[in-house]
Amino acid sequence: MTLDQFLGLFNYWVVIVLMMTGFYIVISSGNLIKTVIGLNIFQISVILLYITMGKVTPGTAPILLESHGHHAAHHESESDHHEPADKHHLASHDKHHHTDDGHSSEKIADDSDHATHDDSDHAGTKTVYSNPLPSVLMLTAIVVGVATTALALALIVRVREDYGSIEEDEILALDANGLANGLSSSANYSSRNAS
Amino acid sequence: MIEQHLPVLLIAIPLIAAPLLVLIGHRVSVALLSLAVAWTVFAISLALMGQVLANGPFEYKLGGWSAPYGITYNVDYFNAFVMMFVAGIGAIVLTYSPPSIAVEIPKSKHYLFHACYLLCLTGLLGMCITGDLFNVFVFLEISSLSSYALISLGNTRRAPLAALQYLIMGTIGATFFLLGIGLLYQITGSLNMADIAQRLAAADTPRAELVAFAFMTVGLCIKMAVFPLHTWLPNAYTYAPSTVTAFIAATATKVSVYAFTRLIFTIYTPRFAFESLPLDQALTVLALVGIFIASIAAIFQTDVKRLLAYSSVAQIGYMLLGISLATEAGLSAGIVHMFNHALIKGGLFMVVGCFVLRLGSSHIDDFRGAAATMPWTCFAWSICGLGLIGVPLTAGFISKWMLLDATIQQGRWPVALLMLISSLLAVLYVWKVVETLYFSPPSEKAKQAKEAPAIMLIPTYLVAAGTLVFGCWTPYSAGLAQLAASSLLGIDIGGTP
Repeated sequence: MTLDQFLGLFNYWVVIVLMMTGFYIVISSGNLIKTVIGLNIFQISVILLYITMGKVTPGTAPILLESHGHHAAHHESESDHHEPADKHHLASHDKHHHTDDGHSSEKIADDSDHATHDDSDHAGTKTVYSNPLPSVLMLTAIVVGVATTALALALIVRVREDYGSIEEDEILALDANGLANGLSSSANYSSRNAS
Repeated sequence: MIEQHLPVLLIAIPLIAAPLLVLIGHRVSVALLSLAVAWTVFAISLALMGQVLANGPFEYKLGGWSAPYGITYNVDYFNAFVMMFVAGIGAIVLTYSPPSIAVEIPKSKHYLFHACYLLCLTGLLGMCITGDLFNVFVFLEISSLSSYALISLGNTRRAPLAALQYLIMGTIGATFFLLGIGLLYQITGSLNMADIAQRLAAADTPRAELVAFAFMTVGLCIKMAVFPLHTWLPNAYTYAPSTVTAFIAATATKVSVYAFTRLIFTIYTPRFAFESLPLDQALTVLALVGIFIASIAAIFQTDVKRLLAYSSVAQIGYMLLGISLATEAGLSAGIVHMFNHALIKGGLFMVVGCFVLRLGSSHIDDFRGAAATMPWTCFAWSICGLGLIGVPLTAGFISKWMLLDATIQQGRWPVALLMLISSLLAVLYVWKVVETLYFSPPSEKAKQAKEAPAIMLIPTYLVAAGTLVFGCWTPYSAGLAQLAASSLLGIDIGGTP
């Protein structure tokens, strides 16, 4: 792997580092809030992965202008030999590279060069767009992430109310003591209903 | 006219009803409305099954956009069968719920319970029906988030903690799944499952396919509670309200098994998963180790809910065992066990719900001698318990017999032998409770207890009768499972070049 390829995969390295950082925090941390933050970092790494795969280096926002209509059609016909089933024909340009070279990670590094090359080739005849679909998918994933975080924090608030702690060790110790004192789950079954 | 739109109504009705329930907020009307919705959904799922049986698998295009561009809902034998029992259990458990939640959930939160329940049902059905891979993730999260909320409604202080632990495990699983989808999209440029399958067959990207498959497998294994990844399950099932446990235990893990089966047989090929990868051996080993460790753990539990939770971990092992055989017989055994186990475990948790209502606890010491005061409830436990063991004339026997038959066909005698031994472990933990109920001097609580109300007993007996009926008469359980299995393997033959 040459330096260029290494740098070309920069986003993917960041994804891996973020993912492992988040995962490590989730596993190692006893503090519930820290665990949730770790979970967030973990989810964000996947969001970054999706955004990265949709980006074409010189590509712009995929807004179809009136005058560009025939270019889009051109893209469509060009992609015929690849079975034109891409979610958005605008993205087919980007997709060529992926169908061709998803094989090895090194090729992904070439992706940007390739795209630039194509662009200069047809300078003035077509516009390069980024693939909008991964971004759209990630809007959904972000919403899911926010919902998860909100729910997790709400649960932590309740854990804090009941145990007076957000450290997992202390909570488990409290539960173990509760059992020893005969405060099993059956004993406080009705306590919460009353409140 | 409306028949054409049943697939989307199945999802849309409960999804729209859930926020409506929150807006209405009035306890009684919310309960009635959610009950009506649950039974409507069950009726729709039956109608879908009927349509599939009459006309074969079909596709529903959302908004009229066809496959690779739009989202499609695909209904075939397999998912129609799974949706039928998920919706059925959902409706029956909700009918059973009112007295139970009146005791276990504060009155002010009942409308939220019903909203979350319907959302969870939506998510589970959505995971089954959709033909779009990203949609599977979204529905997975809808069902997961609502089940975390449902579990946290439990009335001990451990319920929120159990829900939080499940949330952390579940989110890691779902994120792994999302990562796998991303990699598949990168390879194929498509999110439609059938389309991905075609393009994967043509793609020459072994490493990326492998990584995507690995992430999705691990993600789903967490949601399925396959043995080493099952740690969230016992706490979640134990501390959730009884109604919630009955519903989630009967359906949630099964739907994840469904998604996993789709992943192997529809998106990838069994040849990829079981021949080029040793996934079948790995699954067999994990399933068997899980069956033994979880069954032995179940024997030593003193809380009956926790006992059943460990038993659930063991039973997932039987389903995976069937699927990992990748033959028609094995696959139909796995699928029919999804259905039978949903009935049996749903029934058992409903029985425990009756005990919790009358005895105020699910601890086995409080169950002592309850047969004197609660004979009907105890008898329902015996029926479902026999089903769990796999005694002839119960549904459990059918699935275990088919599984045994399938393993012997493959010449895997050791596996068949271990399965038989593991059934003896089930005898031990079911008998432990039966003995406590019938042959112990009654506990203080059991003496004062009275029989569970009819509104809980009738649905419980409906399910218990189901375990007996489907133990003798199998065209609509094993028969449908066989159709599902052959259609899954048929798709595979069409999909590989």
